[in-house]
Amino acid sequence: MEIPNAEELKQAEIDEYNSLVQQIKPKPPLLKHCFWAFVVGGLICALAQVILNSLQAGGMGQTNASSVTSVIMIFLGALLTGIGVYDEIGKTAGAGSIVPITGFSNVIVASAMEFKREGYIFGVGSRIFSIAGPTLVFGFAVSTLIGLIKVLFM
Amino acid sequence: MVCRGRPMCLPYRATYVAIGSGKMEVTMPGPKKRGMQTVVFDNPPILASWASVVGPKEGEGPWGNDFDLIIPDYLLGEETWEKAENQMLKQTVEMALNKASLQTNEAELLLAGDLLNQLAASNFAAAELSIPFLGLYGACSTMVQALLTGSMLIDGGFYGRVVAAACSHHYSAERQFRFPTEQGVQKPPSSQWTATAAGAVVLESAGSGPRITSATIGRVVDMGQSDVNDMGSAMAPAAADTIKMHLQDLNFSPDYYDLVVTGDLGKVGLAILGQLLGKEGVVPSPTHSDCGVLLFDEKQDIGAGGSGCGCCASMLCGPLLKKMIKAEIKKLLLVGTGALMSPTTSFQGSTIPAIAHAIAIEY
Repeated sequence: MEIPNAEELKQAEIDEYNSLVQQIKPKPPLLKHCFWAFVVGGLICALAQVILNSLQAGGMGQTNASSVTSVIMIFLGALLTGIGVYDEIGKTAGAGSIVPITGFSNVIVASAMEFKREGYIFGVGSRIFSIAGPTLVFGFAVSTLIGLIKVLFM
Repeated sequence: MVCRGRPMCLPYRATYVAIGSGKMEVTMPGPKKRGMQTVVFDNPPILASWASVVGPKEGEGPWGNDFDLIIPDYLLGEETWEKAENQMLKQTVEMALNKASLQTNEAELLLAGDLLNQLAASNFAAAELSIPFLGLYGACSTMVQALLTGSMLIDGGFYGRVVAAACSHHYSAERQFRFPTEQGVQKPPSSQWTATAAGAVVLESAGSGPRITSATIGRVVDMGQSDVNDMGSAMAPAAADTIKMHLQDLNFSPDYYDLVVTGDLGKVGLAILGQLLGKEGVVPSPTHSDCGVLLFDEKQDIGAGGSGCGCCASMLCGPLLKKMIKAEIKKLLLVGTGALMSPTTSFQGSTIPAIAHAIAIEY
């Protein structure tokens, strides 16, 4: 009979422990989370649509209206973050408040507020994009890629 | 003499360990050491006085009246969370000394720690207190680490009086380990709430009061857990290991202690601990609870419970010692638990190693 070595024994111990943890660890209430993400995310998007429609009805062109809507939504996200309401919404809404553009705004403003204590250069300046960074980096990278593909193949 | 890969240690005599290819190594345990990891105190240090300070949320919990001070807000009139935390620690130490009618210059040594990088809160508090100082880092097990180190220094005849303290602050910890305060984040049910709290104890070599009779220094235990939103699962094996060693080293039955309290395993970790103790053969299961579970009310939206150095420190220096003075608990085993990871190691994909230290307090 092959005697298991120390590593295999340790792995077996860890596997056994993992199954114990999975038994006891509470599962997040997926259905509730999905429901609230849908409702809040939907409401935010519906609000943006209302704003867009009003602007166009007021005579603004499609492109300008889209830009202005984005700016308004970003402002609302920043405002709610500044007065300390956005994190309360986020606790229940989850992805519904993170994914829309208001979530992007929240993350940047939250970082700015937090790191202001380290001054404007090394605090706000350096760390304002610490959480939003990935969105910017990969957003730029992918859009450049798509642009390249368009130029090369179309 | 090797038992399950660990040397069998006999007090007062040399221990021989056979390693690998048959090489022999000799270790000489000191006279105050029992078994593998436990030390007993010939002159048990006395807890002469203590103080606890907590934040608003903790003050609204079930033990609000048992803490010495509930601070009105999280900034304490300071500009940053970090400065508020060091003020909180400083005030707690001063309060503990005042209760024993002592001036800060009469405290011979300060052992303190917190969760911040480079122990920021403790360093700045120590600067203002001007007491000879050793900073300690044991994550959330720091209070017990400070108490047992202080006890060894007193029982060893080095100091007559040592102040042991620890603190944590919810917002300074969130900022360092997790996300900016105003960011909308949804936390899973296994996550814990870092307590805004501090506790300080004045230990003395003589006098009357509860005394620390023994202590067990834990080993770092890593059972492959890497979910930073579930510290309880990472720390429970360390707690089980230390409790088992403590009882084994001293040859105590599990029901020797009226209560075994862990630092901050939370609901999830506490449930796992119960299972692990059974599997490790610690039967009958000792009456056990957890400071993280006790500190807050279920309705306070704290996930699996409280955490942080201050959780264990304030629960000890508030409700638990109060119960000991009222003789509701005569023998307490306090097991501080710490998750020894850093944000860097977590992002790099490492697991969360944990440690647990135990001290026995009897009155």
